Amino acid sequence: MTQSDNHWLTRPTTIRWLWIIGYSVLAMTVLLQLLIPVKGYFGVDSWFGFGALFGFLSCVLMVFGAKFIGKLLKRPEDYYDV
Amino acid sequence: MFEMLPPALALIGGALLTALISSRQLRALVVIVAPLICLYFIWQVPDGVVLRGEFLGYPLELVEGGPVRRLFATIFAIMSATGAVFAFNHARRTELVAAQLYAAGAVGVSFAGDLLTLFVFWEIMALFSTVVVWCGGTEKARAAGVRYAIMHLLGGVILKVGIEGLLVTTGSLDIRPLAAEDFSTWMILIGILINAAAPPLSSWLSDAYPTASPTGSVFLSAFTTKTAILALILLFPGESILVGIGLFMVFYGIFYALLENDIRRILAFSIVNQVGFMVVAVGIGTETAINGASAHAFAHIIYKALLFMSAGVVVMRTGKHLCTDVGGLFRTMPVTMWCGVIGALAISSFPLTSGFTTKTLISQAAVDEGLVTVYFLLAAASAGVFLHAGIKFPWFVFFQKDSGLRPDDAPWNMRIAMLFFAFLCILIGVYPQLLYPLLPYAVDYHPYKPGKVLFYLQLLLFSGLAFFLLLPWMKRTLTISLDVDWLWRRGLPVLVQFVARIGKPPVVAARRRLQHGVDLLTASARHTMGHTGPLGRSWEIGTTALWIVLLLMVYVFAYYLF
Repeated sequence: MTQSDNHWLTRPTTIRWLWIIGYSVLAMTVLLQLLIPVKGYFGVDSWFGFGALFGFLSCVLMVFGAKFIGKLLKRPEDYYDV
Repeated sequence: MFEMLPPALALIGGALLTALISSRQLRALVVIVAPLICLYFIWQVPDGVVLRGEFLGYPLELVEGGPVRRLFATIFAIMSATGAVFAFNHARRTELVAAQLYAAGAVGVSFAGDLLTLFVFWEIMALFSTVVVWCGGTEKARAAGVRYAIMHLLGGVILKVGIEGLLVTTGSLDIRPLAAEDFSTWMILIGILINAAAPPLSSWLSDAYPTASPTGSVFLSAFTTKTAILALILLFPGESILVGIGLFMVFYGIFYALLENDIRRILAFSIVNQVGFMVVAVGIGTETAINGASAHAFAHIIYKALLFMSAGVVVMRTGKHLCTDVGGLFRTMPVTMWCGVIGALAISSFPLTSGFTTKTLISQAAVDEGLVTVYFLLAAASAGVFLHAGIKFPWFVFFQKDSGLRPDDAPWNMRIAMLFFAFLCILIGVYPQLLYPLLPYAVDYHPYKPGKVLFYLQLLLFSGLAFFLLLPWMKRTLTISLDVDWLWRRGLPVLVQFVARIGKPPVVAARRRLQHGVDLLTASARHTMGHTGPLGRSWEIGTTALWIVLLLMVYVFAYYLF
């Protein structure tokens, strides 16, 4: 096993730390809104944590939307070759 | 020395020299220096028409300057030079020549003062971009290149029909804001939109670009769609239908990119997505919106080329082009990885990158006009961009799983090109004041308000969370996704076969009946005209004379009567 096969970035402990740091950063961006007001252009977008919720839900919708569209449109790679 | 030279000529000259010079080193010098000379002349072009000509009695405005024209030409030239640094050591000579002529077409369109000049350079672009696609060298590249050429020639014809119509109805070929209100203007709009990869004809882009060579797709990503945006800015600012078309493109790009497995095809779909933002901006049409479209086009060319460079290096070094075949490349390709990540952050409009300082201009324009739905759809789309390109591209290519591949990092010249563009992505992100003065209208906009930055950080980082939580649903599959081009790649051949099958029995029956009729006719002719038939056999001279007399009498009688 060469050194690069067990790169420090791929070790389970590192990955756990990355998740912990990641969640802390996420929490921070939301909590910062207590200190820094977000200027809402259309009302709702100034709500607490709106950006976070909107971003998250949009992505969930898009991933499942893509999944659904994929059901209709996905074909094997060699579809046009045969 | 020279005060004025049509800037496109510098690139055309460069292309000719590249084709003629046999020394590799000298050729490399030419492909890099010619765009820089072009850049110099771009900045010598003052506002207004500076070079006129005439063709078949029509006045031509071969070079017309203006802020937005200069801005687009500038980025085309920068792109051409940096692309040359990236490509000169690996691309075939044909590809380098074609890429320069392609860029010359783009610069020519930028400065075209009338529609005829625009059309000529438009077609030069179509022609030489096809050659760049073909330089992919594979059977897939050949076939995709043919489809690409047909689509662009068709688009060219539609554009030309519109231009002729406009000339007939208004008598002017001048490039000025039009409204899509009659047949000719609609044809012009449709012709331009085909080059912008607008629906329903967007599949040519994702079809052709990923089949080009690793260097060729870098050039392809830059010119065609962005000249279309410039043409829209010059000809159809504020055309409200563009808002809807642009929004469709934005989400089309996201959904198709999410489904895609081919590395460069993901990036190709995200071109459609990003151009969608610009089309929306042109549709809004206010000064802020036009500034946003121009700035975003400028920034987009840089980060999209950077992404294609990063992907190109991966394809070149590994010989693989599917997400499912790569992964874990960060170990041995740190430069390519970091440049890819910076490009990915820029396309996602992450704060401190060029995407943030340019795309938010477009959102601001939507806010200023009170377009609530457009604003929120663009915000959702920004989250979607982070999802489909910002994380998906680097994650699946450089991290994900360990594919076992340990390729070398990029060669030195490719590193220089990537690092330069990565630097520009951050420079424009940190000092947007460098770009804003070049925009067509005065800019009174400050992207780095704490609340705005926080909003975008929330939006993007939580999209990232969604990505990693939904990873099981994002598993890549060995599939392609059908697009409108199914109609002619599959539908048309199937239709032809179907018609042939159901059409065969009646056609065979009809042919048999026809054959029967012909047989009867020949039999009867043989009967009457044959050497034993009444008209064919030899008669005595007296009988013949009698017949002649009889016929003459009938004739005289008829003449007397009538």
